[in-house]
Amino acid sequence: MEPHYQHLYDILAHSQGYIFPNEIDLQWGILIVVYPFITGLVAGAFILASLERVFKVKILKPTYQIALLTALSFLLVATMPLISHLSQPQRAYEIMITPHSSSAMAIFGFVYLWYLMVVLLLEIWFDYRHSMVVWANEKSGIMRWVYKILTLGVNDISPRTVKWDRKLGYIITVVGIPSAFILHGYVGFIFGSIKANPWWSTPLMPIIFLFSAMVSGISLVLLVYMIISYFRKQIIDLNVLDSIGKYLFFVLILDFTLEGLDQIQRIYEAGESFEILKLLVSSKLYLTLFVSQGLIGTIIPLVTLAFLQFYKHQIKVRKTMYFIIGILVLIGVYSMRWNVVIGGQLFSKSFAGFTSFKVGLIGLDGTLMAIFWLILPIGILAFLLWLLPPWKMVKEED
Amino acid sequence: MKFYVPPQIPRLALAFGLFITLFLVLRHFLVPDTFGKYGHYRAASLIDNTLPEIHYAGQQACFVCHQDIEDKKAQDVHSDIHCETCHGPGEKHVVNSKVEKILKPTGREFCGSCHALNAAKLKSAIFQIDLYKHNIGKNCIECHNPHQPWEMKK
Repeated sequence: MEPHYQHLYDILAHSQGYIFPNEIDLQWGILIVVYPFITGLVAGAFILASLERVFKVKILKPTYQIALLTALSFLLVATMPLISHLSQPQRAYEIMITPHSSSAMAIFGFVYLWYLMVVLLLEIWFDYRHSMVVWANEKSGIMRWVYKILTLGVNDISPRTVKWDRKLGYIITVVGIPSAFILHGYVGFIFGSIKANPWWSTPLMPIIFLFSAMVSGISLVLLVYMIISYFRKQIIDLNVLDSIGKYLFFVLILDFTLEGLDQIQRIYEAGESFEILKLLVSSKLYLTLFVSQGLIGTIIPLVTLAFLQFYKHQIKVRKTMYFIIGILVLIGVYSMRWNVVIGGQLFSKSFAGFTSFKVGLIGLDGTLMAIFWLILPIGILAFLLWLLPPWKMVKEED
Repeated sequence: MKFYVPPQIPRLALAFGLFITLFLVLRHFLVPDTFGKYGHYRAASLIDNTLPEIHYAGQQACFVCHQDIEDKKAQDVHSDIHCETCHGPGEKHVVNSKVEKILKPTGREFCGSCHALNAAKLKSAIFQIDLYKHNIGKNCIECHNPHQPWEMKK
């Protein structure tokens, strides 16, 4: 038998029922799961930082810079899973130089650029400029020049100029909130607008993505804050944890409600795709949807967070609980991305069959690559925290 | 009172101006020469698309030599199925029929890939056979002529 026939027979053995030929292989693999996960972390971390800035939540101040730097580290890597998923990654830039207004991905390239250049970098720059000028004067050798270049040569640290740093930074934050919403709403939009796929096609998709992004970003900042405090041998401020925990609790409730509404609507409507989706969630997605996303990632953290709202004893227990909640929520949101991306490709448009997905380990589209793109931002964050330590910043009068 | 411009603004404007200029310069060199000639794509890609090796010849190429099969097929339910659906890609065979032989599937499983009993398919849409009950041990083509399935062999 000819080789490409053999390949067809091998994979046909893993499909069930009646599927169309183009549905045998999944086009979007694990890297497309990682991509919205990372983008969500960016948007979520930024929104938490904005809470402190715009709504003047003083108690969250220790996490402000951490959240911004976390957002930046993950944003720098956000496009990489997409690019390594391409068959021709060296052509990735073409989407930016010849964009078409009807291409959602092309326009997203500019949303991404806007968010990186205008929102995050500028906000961090305004926030750190004063400190960077001071650090440039304190250090010697190459680091002196690094900080000098980073200040773009604006060395004026008179009270009037520093005040403008804060004013302009505030304006950027206000612009940044809708930008963060658009950045992640867009990722949901890309799935929600695929009308051929009933598992994806819902106008709620951008909103669901947005809220799960906030949930994951807040959890990540919570974890990063705890880990940084541990390495710096600083006492973790329980008020900060409680405050982040409260936001996480409220956003998680909203997220859970929205996703629940989406499913209830789907179940009550019971459209022509309902039978196959029912089979999908009760078989191939059972573990990742009900156990991982629902129980581990939503119900357990929700109950625990509710419990922590009035349980105020045993500081060590509470800290441990927050840490575990952070991890569980991240697992839950990752599973949600998996259920959307992989789940949506497992059933056939014929509504009468399934294909199967086996994650590869090596290669540009494999698990190791995905793990690499998830670990790299942590390395970048460590570097940024070394270069721009929030705890060494020049204190400013309020 | 003189209008005050914070020193950050002109410097940032310069940085962004440089970035945008760099982008436009790079764009000038990176956009392929033939881009936009006919539409929002690289016109030279039309030539690229003629380059891949051709595998399928199309059934009209088959009928040049196999007129008899064309006549048989036309009379029965497989008339809409093109030759290469079962025989595989045939361009090489068309170019050099002496050396390159065409695939001739004979097994029960091959016929079963369309005709095996499948609850998800309408019986009125395609004829289905329970491969575990129907004349076990025999190949389909021992009785059926694949080009004319309902003209049973003696």
